[in-house]
Amino acid sequence: MPTQLQSRPRPSQSGSADVGIALQGVGRTYRDRRGAGVRALDAISLRVAPAEVLAVVGPSGCGKSTLLELICGLQRPDQGTVACAPAVLMPQRDLLLPWLSALDNAALALRISGLSRERARARAAALFAEMGLDGFEHSRPSELSGGMRQRVAFLRTLLSGKRVLCLDEPFGALDAITRAEMQEWLAGALAREPRTVALVTHDVEEAIVLADRVAVLSPRPGRVLEVLEVEAPRPRARTDAALIALRERALGALQGAPTPMVGAR
Amino acid sequence: MSRRPLAAPARQTGPPRRRARAGLPPLALVGALLGAWELYAESGSTSSYVLPSPHAVAAALWDNAGLLAANLAPTATEVGLGIALALALGFALAVLIHFSRVLRRAVYPLAIGSQAVPIAVIAPLLVFWWGFGVFPKLVVIVLICFFPVLVTTVDGLEAVDRDQLKLLRTLDASRWQAFRFAELPAALPAAISGARIALTVAVIGAYIAESQTVTVGTHAGLGHEINADLTALQTPRAYAAAVVLFAFAIACFYALSLAERRLAPWAAQPREVRA
Repeated sequence: MPTQLQSRPRPSQSGSADVGIALQGVGRTYRDRRGAGVRALDAISLRVAPAEVLAVVGPSGCGKSTLLELICGLQRPDQGTVACAPAVLMPQRDLLLPWLSALDNAALALRISGLSRERARARAAALFAEMGLDGFEHSRPSELSGGMRQRVAFLRTLLSGKRVLCLDEPFGALDAITRAEMQEWLAGALAREPRTVALVTHDVEEAIVLADRVAVLSPRPGRVLEVLEVEAPRPRARTDAALIALRERALGALQGAPTPMVGAR
Repeated sequence: MSRRPLAAPARQTGPPRRRARAGLPPLALVGALLGAWELYAESGSTSSYVLPSPHAVAAALWDNAGLLAANLAPTATEVGLGIALALALGFALAVLIHFSRVLRRAVYPLAIGSQAVPIAVIAPLLVFWWGFGVFPKLVVIVLICFFPVLVTTVDGLEAVDRDQLKLLRTLDASRWQAFRFAELPAALPAAISGARIALTVAVIGAYIAESQTVTVGTHAGLGHEINADLTALQTPRAYAAAVVLFAFAIACFYALSLAERRLAPWAAQPREVRA
């Protein structure tokens, strides 16, 4: 059981200090190689309550990754405001450091926060078994399977202790079976220890299985087309009729088709 | 055996044989080159003062083993100390250049220019400042060898994954921590490649250093010995000394490869990813 994870401060439900994520009229333009301005995001207003999971789906190049970088403070918006509790980014690729063992990669955030090598390792090692990683503490990333690397990356993200997780296509590089396993694992981890999550994905089914709400973005410049509430109880089965209906609605919104129901927000 | 018909017996003796086979091409090449050299030198188209035959060189090597060993010692010391200083200087400059745009603009052109300065021009000054000891020779070797380390390390530091740095920033890493956890190890294989180039030119650097500076004493180094032998028309002994330098350079190179496997084992492994 995740004793270490549970002992970390939980997001406050009162919302006094923890704003979750609040984006107000956010726009972002960047310059391409020839110096032309490319509008990545336009008038994005989104709120994510503490401990809520928001999935962001949209076509390729609609500025989803830019959105996460804005939330993490890696970029500044040209318009609008971003308010957010301290956020950690889990990028598309696992970005494990090839020169560190799996254990040291997982413990990276702890090392950076100033813990000694031994204490950081001890805290990360306590979670390895629960992640199905026991026995691989001293393996290098190149010796791990894709799913294991992703789990190490998740452990690194969770051990940062940040209240907001920005997950950028966390399972995009995995095969279908591993992806389903990892989605189940993430749902379990968030149930045990809620965090505010912004999950970017192009997989609508993944968004609906994992999220409380799903924001559908338009092609570039990304605008919020629709925000769908997913009210199904957890754990969710992807064959649930209500979820399938929601999936069709989200796909319809993505394809620009008229949606059968009026947008939720 | 009968129960495992697929395990071919030849396979079980595979690794040692394969190793023996791997040693074959270089030996065959060296043998062919020596044979051609022997035939050419003995054909009478050149004088033995100009090109001694391999067997004459081998005889000189055998007869002068003590003298050559005594001269290898100072040369090996110069190469060892020189390469250590060159690595330190090249690496330190690379880090400074990486951290400061101003320093990059100020230092890089000078470093490049330093490679174009003929050592003969500054050698008298080095001797004037530091005399006949080992130090002016070290300066020459460092001047020749720091550059490959500098260039490869700067490129290695630049080549670090940008996304990796972003990730470290969201983990609240300081500039120093980003360097320590990501940039420094990422640059290490490139720096070691630079060290390998530096090491091979360090041996010729030691020869240049010994030729251009003055040494007092009987065993002044292999470079010195080569020049003295050439002047005295002791060509086979000069060649024998060159053979010792040749072998020393190869030994140093493989020693560094071993060190690399310890320093940067992740780079030595094949980077295969299991899905």
